[in-house]
Amino acid sequence: MPGEAELRLRERLTKLRQMRLLGGANLQGELERLQRQLDRIAAEPTDEEIWRSVELARHQDRPYTLDYVHRLLDDWFELRGDRARADDAALVTGLGRIDGRTVALVGQQKGRDIKERTKRNFGMAYPEGYRKAMRVMELADRHGFPLVSLVDTPGAYPGVAAEQHGQGGAIAHSQATMARLGVPTVACVIGEGGSGGAIALAVADRVLMQENAIYSVISPEGCAAILWRDASQARRAAAAFKPDAPHCLELGVIDAIVPEPPAGAHVDHDEAARLLGESLREALDELEGIPGDELRRRRRAKFRALGVFV
Amino acid sequence: MSSRIDVSIEHKHAPAPDGKRHPNTCPSCSSHYRDDELDSALWVCSQCGHHFPMRARARIAHLTDDGTFAEADADVRSEDPLDFFDLRPYSERLAEAELATGLGEAIVTGAATIGGHACELAVMDFAFMGGSMGSVVGEKFSRACDSAAERGAPLVSVSASGGARMQEGILALMQLPKTVCAIADLHDAGGSMISVLAHPTTGGVLASFASLGDVLLAEPGALMSFAGPRVVQQTTRERLPEDFGLAESNLRHGHVDAVVPRPELPDTIAKLLGLFGNAR
Repeated sequence: MPGEAELRLRERLTKLRQMRLLGGANLQGELERLQRQLDRIAAEPTDEEIWRSVELARHQDRPYTLDYVHRLLDDWFELRGDRARADDAALVTGLGRIDGRTVALVGQQKGRDIKERTKRNFGMAYPEGYRKAMRVMELADRHGFPLVSLVDTPGAYPGVAAEQHGQGGAIAHSQATMARLGVPTVACVIGEGGSGGAIALAVADRVLMQENAIYSVISPEGCAAILWRDASQARRAAAAFKPDAPHCLELGVIDAIVPEPPAGAHVDHDEAARLLGESLREALDELEGIPGDELRRRRRAKFRALGVFV
Repeated sequence: MSSRIDVSIEHKHAPAPDGKRHPNTCPSCSSHYRDDELDSALWVCSQCGHHFPMRARARIAHLTDDGTFAEADADVRSEDPLDFFDLRPYSERLAEAELATGLGEAIVTGAATIGGHACELAVMDFAFMGGSMGSVVGEKFSRACDSAAERGAPLVSVSASGGARMQEGILALMQLPKTVCAIADLHDAGGSMISVLAHPTTGGVLASFASLGDVLLAEPGALMSFAGPRVVQQTTRERLPEDFGLAESNLRHGHVDAVVPRPELPDTIAKLLGLFGNAR
């Protein structure tokens, strides 16, 4: 079926083609980028390609939030603590500059070695992490800073203390906070977009997804354990629920796919960051100057239109 | 407990015979009931007060003033956007759920009055695929928010759900922000929402609309956790407290306003509707 995303891309492509005489190298690059996205939609990923995305999205050398922050943001200043209880290292927040403009950034952070992984809790935030994110979202709103959100989590942490501190409510309120913001918001899934823990940071005006990232309602292992009663059926589960970027684009869940270096983001962090930076700038430029009320209205309308029914 | 001699001791620790328990056996005190007994007792165990799951239609009949409920959007049905196939096709599971429950989806919505106060209702039914939230639950809930805003009547939601419906993949996850945005629109229009959490309200439903009411009421013993006890146990190897994720524990930790026994729900909701209605 020609999804809405495909139609939207075709429309933009046609428009850009007509402007060729005005364009320079930038436009040519944009044309190629759109054409590549269109090709990707047309070529349905195979089950093997879907599983490869799952593996790459979780690759231990894949750049994490702070790897991008240090390459893309100037004058980075990390903001810590939820002002009520704790500072959750699984979710980082802070301020920095992109092209001179101040932005607020929130994102889950994984660790690369054992010590760091433990500290970062494998990128699985407690409610304290989401409350820290909400505090920074509200700060951004107060000062008119655009919000950039980088999503990379297997999911929100499933633990006794996390439940006692209100994990479900924190995720719900984080989404509600994003739905209320009057500043431009751009989210990008840079690795694992795991369920509620991911959507808590992804109710944005523009939702992007890296080529080899995954975005899903449940982990392949979790889905397999429930539906097949066998966690080793993860590959089959992934093929069934299709967490890969092309499928998310086709379903209208994301607005664009961010390209990665040919072999994947893990082989070249600098190039991956450059490509991500380009997409983030483009999205921020598109949203600049739109009044807050209008941003809010369009954002809510976009999410309220998601779903398939008769 | 009665003063009669307890002859059950030797069986107390015997493992329950697998899958042979009658559904009307009380899981906490093992009393047996006929359907009509439970029905007239609002599906609450008259011996120990255990709250059995209550079907959406029975719930609506219990909560609303007689004959006032007018159902909306009864004909909205799920599609199968992913051609999802696990052990059986999703479309087959949907058809089976509809046959078994007599409901088109896991949520029933419409207008009614409770104690004379007009309100919009959104009531979930756990019997329909575990009350899972897919596109139709999200859509019907969102429309209920809109008609609540249009009519200037508060929204009363009763959730009972295992979470997002896996068979709809990422679109099921998108029903979280969808319902959240619908409530944001309702709140911006000056509307209010009372959320009742019935057993169980877990996963994506707890992490979206069920937690966003202006007032949160829970039924006694209702499990309301983002991650289920089994997942928490397996992931963390932690020893779970006896009341893990239950309404009473959530009340203690400050996540709900009250735990309200089922027979008292209509009066409690009516009182709240009166308080919120007064502001307009």
